[in-house]
Amino acid sequence: MPTIIVDGKSYEVSRGKNLLEACLDAGLDLPYFCWHPAMGSVGSCRQCALVQYRDDDDKHGRIVMGCMTPAADGTRVSLKVDEAKEFREAVVESLMLNHPHDCPVCSEGGECHLQDMTVMVGHRDRRYKGKKNTHRNQYLGPLINHEMNRCITCYRCERFYRDYAGGKDLAAQASRDRIYFGRHQDGILESEFSGNLVEVCPTGVFTDKPFLEDYSRKWDLQSSPSICSGCGVGCNISPGERYGRLKRIHNRYNQEINGYFICDRGRFGAGYVNGDKRTDYVGLKEPSGTFKALKRGEVSYHLTRWIGDGNIVGIGSPRASVESNYLLQKLVGPSNFSAGLSFKEQTILKRQVSILQTTKARNPSVKDIEMADAVLVLGEDLTNTAARIALAIRQATKNKAIAMAKEMGIEAWHDGAVKNLAQEERSPLFIATPASTKLDDIALATMTLAPEEIADFGLKLARHLTEGDSEDPQITEIATHLTTAERPLIISGPSLLNANIVESAAAVAEALVRSNQNTQLSFTSPESNSIGSILLSEDQNLTLQKIIEGINEIDVLIVLENDLSRRLSAFEMKQINASSAKIISIDILENETLEMSDMVLPAASFAETQGTLVNNEGRAQRFYSVFPPLNDRLPSWQWVIELARAIGNKELSAIESFDEIVELCAKNNNFQALLSVAPNKNFRDHGLKIPRQTHRNSGRTAITADVSVHELQQTPDNETPLAYSMEGLNRDQPSVLTPFVWSPGWNSNQSLQKFQAETDGPLKGGASGVKLIKSSGSGVSVACDPTFSFTLEKNFWRLVPIYSLHGSEEMSYHTKEISQLAGLPFIVLSDKDANNMKVSDGDGVVVTGENLKMSISVRVSSRMAEGCAGYSAGYNEIEQLTADAHVQISRDNDWQPLKPVVIATDRIASFKSQDSRHV
Amino acid sequence: MIDNIIQSETASTLTSEELQLINLELSHVPQKSGAAIDALKIVQAKRGWVSDECLIAIAKLLEMSAEELEGIATFYNLIFRRPVGDKVILFCDSVSCWLCGCENQKHKLSEILKIDYGETTKDNQFTLLPVPCLGACDKAPVMMVGDDLFTNLNSSKLEQIIAYYRKEGEK
Ligand code: SF4
Ligand code: SF4
Ligand code: FES
Repeated sequence: MPTIIVDGKSYEVSRGKNLLEACLDAGLDLPYFCWHPAMGSVGSCRQCALVQYRDDDDKHGRIVMGCMTPAADGTRVSLKVDEAKEFREAVVESLMLNHPHDCPVCSEGGECHLQDMTVMVGHRDRRYKGKKNTHRNQYLGPLINHEMNRCITCYRCERFYRDYAGGKDLAAQASRDRIYFGRHQDGILESEFSGNLVEVCPTGVFTDKPFLEDYSRKWDLQSSPSICSGCGVGCNISPGERYGRLKRIHNRYNQEINGYFICDRGRFGAGYVNGDKRTDYVGLKEPSGTFKALKRGEVSYHLTRWIGDGNIVGIGSPRASVESNYLLQKLVGPSNFSAGLSFKEQTILKRQVSILQTTKARNPSVKDIEMADAVLVLGEDLTNTAARIALAIRQATKNKAIAMAKEMGIEAWHDGAVKNLAQEERSPLFIATPASTKLDDIALATMTLAPEEIADFGLKLARHLTEGDSEDPQITEIATHLTTAERPLIISGPSLLNANIVESAAAVAEALVRSNQNTQLSFTSPESNSIGSILLSEDQNLTLQKIIEGINEIDVLIVLENDLSRRLSAFEMKQINASSAKIISIDILENETLEMSDMVLPAASFAETQGTLVNNEGRAQRFYSVFPPLNDRLPSWQWVIELARAIGNKELSAIESFDEIVELCAKNNNFQALLSVAPNKNFRDHGLKIPRQTHRNSGRTAITADVSVHELQQTPDNETPLAYSMEGLNRDQPSVLTPFVWSPGWNSNQSLQKFQAETDGPLKGGASGVKLIKSSGSGVSVACDPTFSFTLEKNFWRLVPIYSLHGSEEMSYHTKEISQLAGLPFIVLSDKDANNMKVSDGDGVVVTGENLKMSISVRVSSRMAEGCAGYSAGYNEIEQLTADAHVQISRDNDWQPLKPVVIATDRIASFKSQDSRHV
Repeated sequence: MIDNIIQSETASTLTSEELQLINLELSHVPQKSGAAIDALKIVQAKRGWVSDECLIAIAKLLEMSAEELEGIATFYNLIFRRPVGDKVILFCDSVSCWLCGCENQKHKLSEILKIDYGETTKDNQFTLLPVPCLGACDKAPVMMVGDDLFTNLNSSKLEQIIAYYRKEGEK
């Protein structure tokens, strides 16, 4: 390992780092702005200056930028000489020329990297007395607030938005002190990752808009280590609460999964926790059909009265924790428990799990995906079904650039040089989907195919890989790229609800792995615990459809966090409703299933309880409550214990803590590792609990002073090693128990580096999450017929789901901002079909099928498989449309075109009044 | 969305001559965006400046986003994103000219035209802009009016020059 000498002291540093990284790794505070651990260096802010000496005799040295200079063995530098210190202070002073003094009203204040760096360089008095710049801010949509005056031109926003995340509608404009970071015109930022600007920008230019409208300082937030429940990727998040409201969500670093970035569903999609759709009290349906709120004390009486010892069936949920599902399964017995998935979902996900349990290929983490150097996507629009993975694939296509740079001796962190060298060269990415995807712009080739054709294509490719029998130029080209790659990745998933696609992805990976052990095979999973549900009910086959068949033999049906209407047809829902079975629903938000229940038990959301979720690769991760549940809400697992008491189930009635459930569940074969997912409630950090609040949390003694001057007791947390309090120690504990990052002098999220063993490296507290799926390595035998065909039928279309990050997911949809962005559902037709039908973008069509007739607006796309029609998946308004249905589609002559949502721009107006500085 | 609406409405914004010239530039570059500056110059040459509509039309042609092209257009100070007068006066205020007293000449010029830097005369004939060096330091102070260079400026010269162009403009 190279040794560098900083101010006379030697430090060993990792190979391939720059001086800034090396200094930070050595625990030295060297200020910076533009360098970012995931995006490398461009040397634009000049903040990380230090003095470098040639050798011992060199007494003068020269100023260099730490982030642009390799930390080669024997490098001598000084942070402390006056020249370096003065330089760094001068940089901050110059940045402050135009920076407004508005910290008290800036939502970045208190967690601002610019504040931290200003203090760190010792700059206090501004000498500049002139006028500051005034920019016009833009409307960037409901998620991001724009306050351009605060910009210090570090370029991080543009580099994240465009270079890292592939967004097109944000760029640096103008030059000198007129430089402006924004859109061309006011309008909603298009990127699915726009929210990361909030954390990437070192000042308050881009801030979290919903948070701004319901604001608290970082130091007043109570946070917890949590897991995003937006999809199956399982990104780690740190949600913050105050006054019983979930205020905002920040990224929580997990090197294996999300790193520094999450998607906008994850960051902004949890507003439903504060929403008015929340269930608050136990509701009992009266004969009139309305619900009567029960007092907490009456609940067990009513439960005992009508549960009895009849035939009880439980329906679990892919969005409820392992523990809640497990307990319900235990209560009703395995044969009476359904994972709560539709037949198709269950079949495909089960197959995904069984493939991952036997495949010879590797089952990669998101980090591994980022390392792939050739990628084949079968059937997934990843940006909308597993957003964080799409972002990783975008990085994977840069591996070619990094390899080219390596050959020239350029380090990967030298971002500008690497990009300049590679120009348009990218690692190969191939995408086979029925409709366009947000990764098409970087794909070497895209294939627009119907679901069956995708499976067929995959199998042909697999056969060609083993037998070399294909003459199809596309297949041979893809095969060449995949076989010459070092770390090829095949990725697929259940989103088209076609099991054969998953099968064909496995076939390709198995064929590749014969010659390359580094072949990776990954599947997405739709909900936060889809894979957990499958692992729990692996041997059972009680599908929702079977439950409906036998619905009249059921006395009580317990539904756990599952709106069945999203998986069942209206007809099937009616059958359940009309049956004699009594329905008890435990859920977070009002929904159709709750409405037809006889009793409703209000459940705590992810922010108010703890549990384990299993992500798409089979990694079990623990989330913890941010604040105690309000009103009569209880964690679902506690409701199940209450039900057990009502039924008289002795074993479950005796459970007193969450840890006991974990212990019981770990007896289950698939869940043996559950015990090591997180320490139990008795864990103490140097003898102390871990505080959810910062040590500066203000007003605790005064907050209820209008009622009583006595300080309120903090709510005790008897279930976890965390405390709802500021007392304790947030340091040195396992990563899974780190609620927020903060370190003296580092109030912003950049304090993360103090929690990392080295910059961009693992956390000091170790990795979090435990893989429950381990492959036996015996290999997969592909279980499907090698020839599928898709035949065009005149006047009939096959429906294929089109997913939307904002809109397709059940819970986040109930967040105000997300529902605004979701817009109205639509049908996508290929341009050829649209042409024949004489419809164009924005026109309407009538969709007719079995028990179905509806008018809906149309989008026309040149990348939509002919004979297939895409429909907005997961939108309540069109829940009758289901994957694979055969429908007729015709032009709707009575269609009233929807008014375009024009986001007003006052740019032209300001243009005329000549006060806009950036044009 | 709004971009789409604007784009479809302005597909025909560029003249066929402009399109032809831009396409010629495109044949010289490996990536379309490489022709961005030339395309902006072509459009500006014909129209004096680059309007929002033109910028969006060029961006579409070069398969860039409006933001990307705007970043280039606004970076260069000789690409005009606001209307300018018939003649743009580039008045050098760099070192040599400054040493030779260009500030006085600038005052004189402003007096004649009744405008300051960055402004356009009411009759839309002149726009006055500062420029850092015209490469004629040996004859400082200097300025350009349109494509014509004027050297060794003094008050009476300035009056004559402006009078000449005013007359030209009336024709
Ligand atoms: S807006 Fe923020 S991230 Fe972008 S350049 Fe300015 S300070 Fe940097
Ligand atoms: S990718 Fe999925 S898990 Fe990650 S932040 Fe987005 S919705 Fe959440
Ligand atoms: S961090 Fe090194 S120049 Fe900006």
